Amino acid sequence: MAFPMASIDVALNQGADSSQHREPVVNNFSIQVATVNGSGSQSANSVLLRTIFLMGVPVSGKNLFPSNIAGLPTWFTIRVSKQGYVARKRDSEILVAMNPESAAEDVNKLKAGSVVVFDEPLKLAALRDDVEFYSIPFDKLVAPVAPEPKLRKLLRNMVYVGVLAHLLKLEMPELEVAISKQFLGKKRATDINVAAARAGYEYAVANCQPTRFSVKRMNENVGKIIIDGNSAGALGALFGGVTVVPWYPITPSSSLIESLMDLLKEHRMDADGKATFAVVQAEDELAAIGMVLGASWAGARAMTATAGPGISLMSEFTGLGYYAEIPAVIWNVQRVGPSTGLPTRTAQGDLLSTAFLSHGDTKHPMLLPCSVTECFECGYKAFDIAERLQTPVFVLSDLDIGMNNWMSEEFKYPDAPLDRGKVLSKEDLDRLGSFQRYKDVDGDGIGWRTLPGTEHPNAAWFARGSGHNEKAQYSERPEDFVNNLDRLDHKWETARSVVPAPVLERTAKGAKVGLIAFGSSHWATLESVDELTQHGIATDYLRLKAYPFSAAVKEFVAAHERVYVIEQNRDAQMLQLIKMDVDAHDAAKLHSVLHYNGHPLEAQFVTESIVSQEAK
Amino acid sequence: MATTPNPPAVKQNRIGLSVIDYRGSKSTLCAGCGHNAISERIIDAFYDMGIEPEHVAKLSGIGCSSKSPAYFLSRAHSFNGVHGRMPAIATGAAVANHKMLYIGVSGDGDTASIGMGQFVHLMRRNLPMIYIIEDNGVYGLTKGQFSATADVGSTLKSGVVNELPAIDTCALAIELGATFVARSFSGDKKQLSALLKAAIAHNGTVLLDVISPCVTFNDHEGSTKSYKFMKDHEEPLHDINFVPAFEEIDVEYEEGTGVDISLHDGSKMHLTKLEEDFDPTNRIEALKRLGEARDKNEVLTGLFYLNANQPSFTDRLGLGDVALARLPQDVTRPGKAVLASIMEEYR
Repeated sequence: MAFPMASIDVALNQGADSSQHREPVVNNFSIQVATVNGSGSQSANSVLLRTIFLMGVPVSGKNLFPSNIAGLPTWFTIRVSKQGYVARKRDSEILVAMNPESAAEDVNKLKAGSVVVFDEPLKLAALRDDVEFYSIPFDKLVAPVAPEPKLRKLLRNMVYVGVLAHLLKLEMPELEVAISKQFLGKKRATDINVAAARAGYEYAVANCQPTRFSVKRMNENVGKIIIDGNSAGALGALFGGVTVVPWYPITPSSSLIESLMDLLKEHRMDADGKATFAVVQAEDELAAIGMVLGASWAGARAMTATAGPGISLMSEFTGLGYYAEIPAVIWNVQRVGPSTGLPTRTAQGDLLSTAFLSHGDTKHPMLLPCSVTECFECGYKAFDIAERLQTPVFVLSDLDIGMNNWMSEEFKYPDAPLDRGKVLSKEDLDRLGSFQRYKDVDGDGIGWRTLPGTEHPNAAWFARGSGHNEKAQYSERPEDFVNNLDRLDHKWETARSVVPAPVLERTAKGAKVGLIAFGSSHWATLESVDELTQHGIATDYLRLKAYPFSAAVKEFVAAHERVYVIEQNRDAQMLQLIKMDVDAHDAAKLHSVLHYNGHPLEAQFVTESIVSQEAK
Repeated sequence: MATTPNPPAVKQNRIGLSVIDYRGSKSTLCAGCGHNAISERIIDAFYDMGIEPEHVAKLSGIGCSSKSPAYFLSRAHSFNGVHGRMPAIATGAAVANHKMLYIGVSGDGDTASIGMGQFVHLMRRNLPMIYIIEDNGVYGLTKGQFSATADVGSTLKSGVVNELPAIDTCALAIELGATFVARSFSGDKKQLSALLKAAIAHNGTVLLDVISPCVTFNDHEGSTKSYKFMKDHEEPLHDINFVPAFEEIDVEYEEGTGVDISLHDGSKMHLTKLEEDFDPTNRIEALKRLGEARDKNEVLTGLFYLNANQPSFTDRLGLGDVALARLPQDVTRPGKAVLASIMEEYR
């Protein structure tokens, strides 16, 4: 894959001469749409994204929105990349300025040679002479399309999509298909939105020259889908046979459960019209995790989804789940900060708090999906892992993966049957006579359990957080307690090979520098590997898929002179976890690239950080 | 020729189990603790009702009361949770397997203080379970602090006087939507047994607040939860006779002597009038009578409220006959065609 030098120049802020400002740019730019939150621009932006997708060109979208119902500024960025880069790009070349409050600042941030489409009354054209302005009378254009004033506010957005169609050479037939998809084929909504888009398009054709930026049809998206990570996770849970879903709403995880509810109602009613699932909106996250544990103890596949504040509230129950050895699946769609923090901004800041959640000696497996595909896979695999290991398992997604739209290969149907773990039936007990709940009979640290309702007089066991012996009987004997904690630690060693292994994503001959990343940091890291190559820095890149780590992580660190751990938090949380695993003399090799401003990570940031650290 | 004498027949219930099949391990609570008497009544009630112990699940929070599920029904699965959070575990379990019978044991601290948030939501859901509060007005395991059900004017052993009003868990439960609300006394064997058997027959949330004196920290002069105080101040609303659905009714009550009530499963209760007319199907009257008792310093006991026709939480979920926890993969994992059609929507 060839690397575009021009883009590095922009990235490293080295300035560009004015001739570059006139060169045509095809399939390699970003669009930023600045609107007011609550103005209904989401549909228009999705249509824009999908139109480019339908033209076979790699595209990605990021919604940067405030914690607010209506009124505050919001930005949607769409990156068009023939190279297939899907991370956020620092600069946008096309600005659609619809918000009076942010317009001047947005215009001033642009690089020379950029393009601004703005709402006529904003009168932005005088702000700069090194960017191209397109003044569009949105109110005039939308008036004939929509008789009702309420609708006009929404449809103004579809007008800018039409304007961009001309300015960026989008194919109108694909745009109309995208509108129809967006409004689920509903005729009235589709017709009026198509009319609004056409009004913008026709106005632009009559009054504007196309820009030097254009989208040209490619053939990169055959068989692909566009989906957000929360919907993908919900789909995975559906095919993981989830049956009980207690939850408490919290941004940015709510859409995962809401999507799951729709899927369950649609696909999980039996032939008699009976539900084969139950969704319970709990009174808080303490109750949500308690219900998950109660249901899992009873033998159901139960899950919940939350974010940082909810994770904190689940702390006590999680320790009980660890110690009583009850499976549970908990999605942590991470956001920024404690308390309210920045609830609509993305982060990877809950690694340490989740890994060791609760009191006493506790540690928990974490799955780290980097993509919508892996959200889908985690959706069902998390249950297999939780039931196999008989312990709470966390899936650490984040707002960037969870709430933004991503292109993906279509999801593959799970290839293995559900793994329900070690469960003894009545027939097993008839044969065995009795069992000991916490005895390590197989040498993997995992005991056998029975489910409530098993019709055998010796089936029952007592689940408790208090000290217990192998028979699950109350015990305060020191040797029983030590025995139990040591066995749990042995189970942790087993977990290293049960959770997904890390992936060596990129290798370079003789590379002395290693990169480690995970989750949503993956995409910027992939792009940065290419940028670093251009800077003469050859790297190997290992992507983590889960915690606890397999031996491959410590071997990777041992095999490199310097290893940069790229993550979206202030305190180098993943680096700290890795440090606990590597040999003492390798710990000094670990360095950080830390990003924590709430916006999705961009390759330029990673590249600049590593280039500057390598220069020392 | 010597003959072997037949061993004396062990008494069995209607499903062929003896009372020993309903026992638990030996109690580690104080001798004379009201909670032990309640465990005995639970054993008898499940034995008398002929319930398979394997079809019962026991749940509790934290505290002396919450230890007691270990002391009855060893053949039932049990989950000792965290402080005040038994309702959440019960809710998850009951949703996952709605074919079982759930009995939760909590205390006044576990319910009315730390667990209040979950308690009120359990009541409003009408989750099908028996929720027993072993109520002694005091924290035992932490050595004798007041709980939120301690009455105004009640004293600690040290002489400290409680000045805050007690939370009436029964009035609260009626207000919130529980469908079987009663108060009893651990020393009132007959009333407690009848209420427990009726509780087993009921479909919906049973809130049973049982005054259960703490012999170590709250049985002194000045306590309003002591054995002596209860002997002097218990005011039963009625005598309760319970006839399970599997038994013939063999007593005819004279008209006007009390109230007859039918439960969901066909069981009957006859509440023999003591001093006054009281209709436990009238929510407003129940709340009024509880308020009056409080003003008169009476400890009113008996069945305060019953609604046998309200759907329970699990009834509302529209579940089939097989518990969610027992559904096979071919029911819970949709087929390949379903995934293919969903993928089409995202293209």
